[in-house]
Amino acid sequence: MSLGKEFLDYPMRRHGMDQDRYAWSMLAERAPVRWPGDKPLALWINLSLEHFPLNPDGAGFKAHGNMTMPYPDLRHYTLRDYGNRVGVFRVLKALEPHGLAASLAINGEVAVRYPALMQRLARTGFELLGHGWNMDRLHFGGMDEGAEAALIADSLAALGPYAGQPIRGWLSPARSQSHATPELLRKAGIDWCADWVNDELPYRFETANGALANLPLSLELEDRFIVGENLHAESEYADQMIDACEFLLEEAQRTGHGRLLALNIHPWVMGQPHRIKHLERVFAHLASRSALLWNASPSAILAAAMGAATL
Amino acid sequence: MNRKPAPGLYDYWPYAERPKIRWPGGAKLALWIAPNIEFYEYAPPTNPQRKPWPRPLPDVLAYATRDYGNRVGHQRMMRVMDKYGLRGSVSLSAATLIHHPEVIALAAERNWEFFSHGIYNTRYTYGLDEAQERAMIAESMALIRQHTGQNCHGYLAPALSHSEQTIDLFAEAGGLYTCDLFHDDQPTPVHTRSGRRFVSVPYSLELNDTITYVVNKIEPRRYGQMIKDAFDRLYAEGEESGTVMCVPLHAYQVSHPHRLRAFEEAMDYACGHAGVWKATGREIAQHYLEHHYDAALASIQSANHVGREGQA
Repeated sequence: MSLGKEFLDYPMRRHGMDQDRYAWSMLAERAPVRWPGDKPLALWINLSLEHFPLNPDGAGFKAHGNMTMPYPDLRHYTLRDYGNRVGVFRVLKALEPHGLAASLAINGEVAVRYPALMQRLARTGFELLGHGWNMDRLHFGGMDEGAEAALIADSLAALGPYAGQPIRGWLSPARSQSHATPELLRKAGIDWCADWVNDELPYRFETANGALANLPLSLELEDRFIVGENLHAESEYADQMIDACEFLLEEAQRTGHGRLLALNIHPWVMGQPHRIKHLERVFAHLASRSALLWNASPSAILAAAMGAATL
Repeated sequence: MNRKPAPGLYDYWPYAERPKIRWPGGAKLALWIAPNIEFYEYAPPTNPQRKPWPRPLPDVLAYATRDYGNRVGHQRMMRVMDKYGLRGSVSLSAATLIHHPEVIALAAERNWEFFSHGIYNTRYTYGLDEAQERAMIAESMALIRQHTGQNCHGYLAPALSHSEQTIDLFAEAGGLYTCDLFHDDQPTPVHTRSGRRFVSVPYSLELNDTITYVVNKIEPRRYGQMIKDAFDRLYAEGEESGTVMCVPLHAYQVSHPHRLRAFEEAMDYACGHAGVWKATGREIAQHYLEHHYDAALASIQSANHVGREGQA
């Protein structure tokens, strides 16, 4: 038995990356980012509001959180739907006393199904991010490009009436992309996406339709990942968020390089009654560090990190 | 294929009553840290026996998760190791020498050891014939020599993918030790078809950050405690005969802001003890080959001879 020649052939072995989306660089070697007010740490809180259809077709792959039981999987459908009915209001209420701002990444189908929720969310003044159509309509390699363009257009159109301004940012469902996603996002007027988790600060991301920026939204610090996939206790989740905050603060203060704490939160996870107090502990800790934290919208963070000229 | 029921790479050897291992300076425990400096490809060919990525290509999430180590992680981990005077023994995807010489320079200026972990961690040994695997191993060793000036003495198969010949081929290429075997807490002789003097240096899966964080889904603080607990036991046993403790790391796991502190605290704890030999894989292998290998062979032979008589 042997393998074909291509298994010992390395056509992309060269300096830098083996693809052309972005330049290779190390975080510690870059010119320092400075946040407004010379605060060492920027804080981006994102809430992901998601719809998991009862009848998924699983095209591409099955994103975590999807239906797992024979149809009709009422248990998982309703447990996810809980986030949009109950959980999100708990999370918003937890942010309120501390005056913490968040962004809202919302599946287009959530907006279409729940206009009452959207009207309430619009009053927060939080930045809205495109988040695809739903958690079953994934963007993945091999999908039809026209279908993907329609998914993006429909998703943005559904959020449009509630955004108050053009939507600039995008988080793909399950952070999944096809080879064409960056081009299609740029063409749809998107300025930045959050899908690539290879960094802690934004960087320029090339597409055939002009540059995007990638503003990484950490997977490792995500509630769904820690509690839902790793099955860590909610108190552990809170400890990990607080440890991350303190670690980045120390590094930023020691080096004089601004750092970013990017927290993605799912109301269907942390909005449960047995979990919310642990999220409240995280928010209280962040608020206790407010003299050192710049809590802002992701587009404002991007502009401060890269300058308007970059985009 | 005629599959063997056991690898036959080493003989049974009871942990009790072995000849005493003495580490340099009378140390009880040899502590070595093995940072994996890896490159995972965006669009690798799909090996018939193992898919490189779980999602359809491009698997942006999996690829970017690994890339984080190279962009963000290495320097954080290096800072902790510098603080405790720990030199890394780098398990190296040799292609990283070409993709990211800037990372390699940081390790080289710290006088770290480099050993081979294949060419890319998305190219598996499965399905390679013997000539192909020999060529892959030889190229990885040649790249290390060419870019760092070091002779490569250790091997950890890429993504822990092996053939029946992997260890034979590496020994024939001039290697001294393998990290691929998890059967012991001390170095042991390894059989090779060439009969060369060749050893296993204990690496660790249980304390490997990727195994703990990704496979076993361990909490960061618990990981730190596991390292301390393993240290306590191996240090105590090292009173009787020297032990080895390895902490294999991946900057894309251990260096995240919610995790690095746990590793730092564990190193603070371990390095606060006297009688810890802060070594590299090569130093452990060479010391063992020079001072303990022959006694080990005799002890193994005698132990198994007694065993057979006992059965009869």
